[in-house]
Amino acid sequence: MQSIEQTLAATRMFRNLTREQLAALARLGEEVEYADGSRLMIEGEPADWFFVIREGFVALQTDAPSGAITIETLHNGDSVGWSWLFEPYLTHFDARSRGATQAIRFDAATLRVRCAEDRELGYELMRSFASVIVERLQATRLQLLDVYGRATVS
Amino acid sequence: MTPRAHRVVSRRGETADTWTLALEPLPGEELPLFAPGQFGMLYAFGVGEIPISVSGASTALDPLRCTVRSVGSVSAALCATAPGDVVGLRGPFGSRWPLAEATAGDVVIVAGGLGLAPLRPAIHHVLAHRNEYGRVIVCYGGRSADELLFMSELEVWRGRFDLDIDVIVDIAGPDWHGKVGVVTKLVELAAFDPDRTFALLCGPEVMLRFGALTLRKRGVPVERCYISMERNMHCAIAQCGHCQFGPKFICREGPVQRYDEVEPWLKIGEL
Repeated sequence: MQSIEQTLAATRMFRNLTREQLAALARLGEEVEYADGSRLMIEGEPADWFFVIREGFVALQTDAPSGAITIETLHNGDSVGWSWLFEPYLTHFDARSRGATQAIRFDAATLRVRCAEDRELGYELMRSFASVIVERLQATRLQLLDVYGRATVS
Repeated sequence: MTPRAHRVVSRRGETADTWTLALEPLPGEELPLFAPGQFGMLYAFGVGEIPISVSGASTALDPLRCTVRSVGSVSAALCATAPGDVVGLRGPFGSRWPLAEATAGDVVIVAGGLGLAPLRPAIHHVLAHRNEYGRVIVCYGGRSADELLFMSELEVWRGRFDLDIDVIVDIAGPDWHGKVGVVTKLVELAAFDPDRTFALLCGPEVMLRFGALTLRKRGVPVERCYISMERNMHCAIAQCGHCQFGPKFICREGPVQRYDEVEPWLKIGEL
C-alpha cells in the first residue's frame, strides 16, 4: 500500500502542494478503516477531523422523518469534511461509510494551528479545499436544475 | 413518408411514466433496420406522430424496441397501447453512433435519464463485438432510483467482467445504497485512456454540455465526443424546418453529432 504522503501526492486536490507541505500534512494523517455503516462524522459535532478516501465510498447524510437522506456520495481520492476550516468548526452533515472503506484521517484541530503558523501551507490548503468546494457547488447547482425532470425530456 | 403499420408485440413499464414497446411489422411488411443512434417517427393513429429513439436494434431475431415517456397526448397514446394494437412507423432517419470509428480504443458512454434509451443499441453493438474495443465504460445518471431505465438489464451488465458500468442518482431515498450526485462524477472516476477514447453522450442538453466539459478536462479530444440531440422533428426529412439548429437539421445531420460541430449553437439560448 502507498504511504500517506504518496497517496496525498497522487490526490488531485493536493496537486499544488510542495513536497514539504505534503510531508507536513502527511504527518497529521493516520490510516483508518471503517466497516459498512460506520459514521466518520456526526452532524453538529466539533469538526476536528477531515478525511481523504483511499478505497470505498462515503455518503453525506442528514436525518429526516423518513430516514437518513443521502445528499452526495464521495469516492476514491475525495476529501470528506471542510467544516474544520471555518468557524464555528461544527460538522454540517453525517458522513457514513458505504461498504468497507479505507481512508486517511487528519487531525484538523492541530492542522488549523499549523496553518496559522505557516501561512504558505495555510494558503495552499485553503486553495485546495476551495477548488473542492467550487466543484461540489457546481455539482449541486446541476442537481438543483433537475435536468431529468419532465419538462426537459420528451 | 407514409407510416408503415406495426403491431405492438409487448409493452414493458420502465418507470411510472415510461414504457418500452416492442414492435413488429404486419405480415408482408419488411422489418426496418435501424442503426444504433437512428430514430423513427412513431404514429398513434388519430392522435399524431412524434420522433422516438430506437432503444432496441431491429434484427431478424429481435423486434424493434422504442422507449416512450408519456409527456403529451401522442406519447400518452403510445404508452397506453396494448399488445396487439397497431401503430405507424416511419424511418430509420438520421445519423448513427460512430461505432466503427471507435474500434480499437476505449468507449465511454454517458447517459442521463431517458438518454440511456438511444444508447442501448450502441451498448448492444459494442458488447456483440466486444473484441474490437478496449475498455467499455457506461456512466448512467438518473433523477432517482425509481426513474432508472432497463433495471434488469443494468443488473446483467453489472455482472459482466468486460464492461464497467456505474449508476448515480440526483435524489436518493433511504433505500438507495448506490452513488448520489451528478453523472459527471462518474466520468471523473472512470478509468480510461483519454488518448484513445470515443465518448458517446445522450441526455438533457445541460448534462451534455457538462459531460463534454468533464471529458475534455479528462483529456478526451472534443472531436471524439459525440452527442445525440433532441429537437422537435416533424417531417424527419429536412423539409419542414422544425428541427433546424443553426445551419443543421437535426433530423438529417443528427440526432448523433460530433460535439465540436454543434457546440457553438448549444450556447445560444432558445435555439
